[in-house]
Amino acid sequence: MAKYECPECGRIYDEAEGDAREGFAPGTPIADFPADWTCPDCGVRDAVDYVKVEGSEAG
Amino acid sequence: MSASTEHHHHHHHHEDDGIEAVAPDWKDGKRYAWLLGLVVPMIPFIAYGFAEASGLGVFWWFGPAFIFAVMPLLDQLGGNDTSNPPEAVIKWLEADRYYRWCTYLFIPIQYAAIVFSAWMWSRGTLSTVESIGLAVSLGCTNGIAIANAHELGHKREAAEKWLARIALAPSLYGHFMIEHNRGHHVRVSTPEDPASSRMGESFYRFLPRTVSGSLKSAWHLEASRLRRAGNSPYTLKNDILNAWAMSVVLWGALLVVFGIGILPYLLIQGVLAFSLLEVVNYIEHYGLLRQKMDDGRYVRCAPEHSWNANLVASNVFLYHLQRHSDHHAHPLRRYQVLRHFDDAPNLPTGYAGMIVLAVVPPLYFALMNKRVVAHYGGDVTKANLQPSARDRYIRRYGNGGPSSTLPTAA
Repeated sequence: MAKYECPECGRIYDEAEGDAREGFAPGTPIADFPADWTCPDCGVRDAVDYVKVEGSEAG
Repeated sequence: MSASTEHHHHHHHHEDDGIEAVAPDWKDGKRYAWLLGLVVPMIPFIAYGFAEASGLGVFWWFGPAFIFAVMPLLDQLGGNDTSNPPEAVIKWLEADRYYRWCTYLFIPIQYAAIVFSAWMWSRGTLSTVESIGLAVSLGCTNGIAIANAHELGHKREAAEKWLARIALAPSLYGHFMIEHNRGHHVRVSTPEDPASSRMGESFYRFLPRTVSGSLKSAWHLEASRLRRAGNSPYTLKNDILNAWAMSVVLWGALLVVFGIGILPYLLIQGVLAFSLLEVVNYIEHYGLLRQKMDDGRYVRCAPEHSWNANLVASNVFLYHLQRHSDHHAHPLRRYQVLRHFDDAPNLPTGYAGMIVLAVVPPLYFALMNKRVVAHYGGDVTKANLQPSARDRYIRRYGNGGPSSTLPTAA
């Protein structure tokens, strides 16, 4: 489990928390996101572009 | 109207000083000009004022005169607007809440204009032609309101997203916020985007494609999001349905209070409003195409994938929408900090003037096709081409030939 950040707009996805609005249950790895998922805030970057936040790995 | 922003150069650029960038000795030359955006929701009131003062019913048509004559004229008088805020003041400028209030204030005036118009239609004192004129004028207000909703709908703040929905309710275009942010921005300047026009595609061919394609795409995006969470799309959690519910409430209330007789005028203003948004979509990415990378994804949207204009008058009335390259590269940036790029594709005139050209396709093609070809260094195969015109354009313009070079990415 780690946190990932959008390199364009800084939106954070925390794998431990998931993302209820986007329909990702707590514990969903970002690697499991659908291939066509794009950053909901900026629309500029895709899931594969999200960058792991250093030191955010836990559990 | 001051065309320039004055800057006294900072000799020390401390970009990394953090969020508390100190208010600099730089002044935003357009700071108070943004209040002029509030003229747009006042259009029906201005129409009334002129019609009353002069006794001439033709002034009920003030809205289209404003967009198609006054704005282009002001663009000629106001001149260019190519100055950018220095990097060091961006965070400070973005955080200044004054600029947000300029966009929020638009909405209560917009709604006052709608109620006023409905009241005028219901009184029976206007001739049918004058009532249609008022509907067209209100359509201009509610069309430019989509530019206001666009600014607000891009923001993370929930309150601003709600204000965007309210501004979209009169034009029945609540689904725009979904499709624009998660559809158009993702697929911009690709053949898959219904809202990116193709070289050789007239506005009249583009309009039904973008209206129906955007609607289908918006529904698909929102339904997929809800299904991932195990919800049916038929719920008020669906941001398309709750936005449309606002339209139903607004239109329903107007019809109950002012009578079914105003329905034709409501329809005229609504269709005109979203058509105005779509004609702006038409000019923003005409013919531009993102190339594909080796992994099959399109290259990230860059400044070279949008058309810009730099005229101060239309910049002010459209909240810097014409600084479109910076907007697509950084969609969360607030309007007051959007930058002009000299090397991004630039339109021959402001958006207001381009709209006039777009409704006359031969004129538009004559003016724009050569600009698209020049942008791609003579290689028309690099453009987003209307499939039915593809062979004809390749014969006419060629693929650049062996000696042609691509312009360096802007």
